Amino acid sequence: MIKNIEIQLNEEDMAWFKRTKKGIQTATEDKKDVPKGLWYKSPTGKVVDAEELERNYYVSPEDGYHVRIGSKEYFEILFDDNKFKELDANLTSKDPLKFVDKKKYTDRLEAAQKKTGLKDAVRTAVGKSMGNDLVIACMDFSFIGGSMGSVVGEKIARAADYALKNNTPFLLISKSGGARMMEAALSLMQLAKTSAKLAQLADAGIPYISLCTDPTTGGTTASFAMLGDINISEPGALIGFAGPRVVKDTTGKDLPDGFQSAEFVLEHGFLDFISHRKDMKRKINLYLDLVLNQPLREKTA
Amino acid sequence: MEYLDFELPIKELQEQYEKACAIGEESDVDVSNTCKQIEKKLSDTKKDIYKNLTPWQRVQLSRHPNRPYTMDYINAICGDSFLELHGDRGFKDDKAMVGGLGKIGDQSYMFVGQQKGYNTKTRQYRNFGMANPEGYRKALRLMKSAEKFNVPVVCLIDTPGAFPGIEAEERGQGEAIARNILEMTRLKVPIIVVIIGEGASGGALGIGVGDRVLMLENTWYSVISPESCSSILWRSWEFKEQAADALKLTATDMKKQKLIDLIVKEPIGGAHANREKTFTTVATAIEKEYATLKDLSPKDLVESRMEKYFNMGVYKG
Repeated sequence: MIKNIEIQLNEEDMAWFKRTKKGIQTATEDKKDVPKGLWYKSPTGKVVDAEELERNYYVSPEDGYHVRIGSKEYFEILFDDNKFKELDANLTSKDPLKFVDKKKYTDRLEAAQKKTGLKDAVRTAVGKSMGNDLVIACMDFSFIGGSMGSVVGEKIARAADYALKNNTPFLLISKSGGARMMEAALSLMQLAKTSAKLAQLADAGIPYISLCTDPTTGGTTASFAMLGDINISEPGALIGFAGPRVVKDTTGKDLPDGFQSAEFVLEHGFLDFISHRKDMKRKINLYLDLVLNQPLREKTA
Repeated sequence: MEYLDFELPIKELQEQYEKACAIGEESDVDVSNTCKQIEKKLSDTKKDIYKNLTPWQRVQLSRHPNRPYTMDYINAICGDSFLELHGDRGFKDDKAMVGGLGKIGDQSYMFVGQQKGYNTKTRQYRNFGMANPEGYRKALRLMKSAEKFNVPVVCLIDTPGAFPGIEAEERGQGEAIARNILEMTRLKVPIIVVIIGEGASGGALGIGVGDRVLMLENTWYSVISPESCSSILWRSWEFKEQAADALKLTATDMKKQKLIDLIVKEPIGGAHANREKTFTTVATAIEKEYATLKDLSPKDLVESRMEKYFNMGVYKG
């Protein structure tokens, strides 16, 4: 019998376990950021079952590590029954500067869209959270590092405008490396555009909550992320203007432990509180009930 | 239970009473009469002592180690509804100044207040209830936020003073307190101030300008602590009792001078003797005062608040 099988094997069959083409064959854009496996390994080395992780709000149960998640997951966590109406879902970036670095900006956009299934680095939506209307704008880090260009600025401004017109509280979940260099000064001016809209919201007395998640850096901290009626965060999130590597290289100094962690930022007076992700929905709505002087809703998140 | 020097007769009787009761439980001897006698004597002694407290004794009570602090009041009054908020948005989160939103009944309030610690470690952590400029700026930020959303403000005062440190001066301790005082005179929502312990000077007034200023019975409020006053005017720390008398710093004296609006009764033996009762009394007082303010227009509210402060001061001619 054994001899028989040996005879049947030919060159083509061999290729199934013999490498015929050298090097890594997967294109960079086809690689996944988070491997969709059965297990997740947190930075401290704790291994957790992927389904358990999802049930635990994407927080590693053993060490409390808050895994980076995107708008899909945040909407699921914060909107009742994951029901919401997305706003301006089809706004996409143009390439007004014909920007080219190692790649063309248009190619980068296309690749990011293909990889993430997202149109750009923020999604905005309105829905019920603990029974009351809430507008949420949530950034997606997986889309070009959550960078803010014209589309991000415009969508945030329009979402804030929706909140203004409908007298609905506004929650903005920041998760960004900063401004989008490929849109240069157009990107910079989104800081002013979004801040102006938040000023209108403030004048109208509509609560604005800024949730700074890992990472909230660069232009986001220099605008909407630090302008909340309350600024809140998740444990361990990186929050800062210049990233730790830049600060270290510029100053030539070793950075203190926990530099720019949410805990560090709280201690220095820029956050109102840090909450575990599982309590986030309840705490956001508790704040809204208190500040709007309305009856406390049931404490079920 | 800790006793102050003038409370020692109470301590003795309390111990006698406990001993007698213990004998009654352990043996067949009937001690119920003795117990009752001691109990009556204890209650008479308490009444006698607490009815005739000197100003200095009240100062001592205001600093009693078992006295409830700001967060004790807030947690008891608001329960689960309290949401603590942090930070001055500029430099630091000052642990000597706490604040946040909470409900009394159906009404939301913004609470701010100095916080003291209850043991060596937490006393240091809270800097003995002495706020830095960032503490006053945090308080102002919360009050402005309350104004924005039309939420009334409650200030709970318990401080031996604003922190007199080098860095506090560098960051503008004076400016921070001044800014608070100015902004509080014209804040467009009701402000109810309650002195729950020590009310030392600018450190207290920095969160102390209000439509209604209430003092608990055994607290003090003045321009300086009796010890510091003694040290400056008598050139010795020994004259604190005289200084306490001279400063007219008790609730009764402050009310007489029309510098505060209302005295809140404490349980016999002081706020710590029956904490729950103290919390309820304070919560009720806040609600009652708010009821008299809530229907005033922002304009009338600010005008009458300013008018109140314009009338403070005594002069001839």
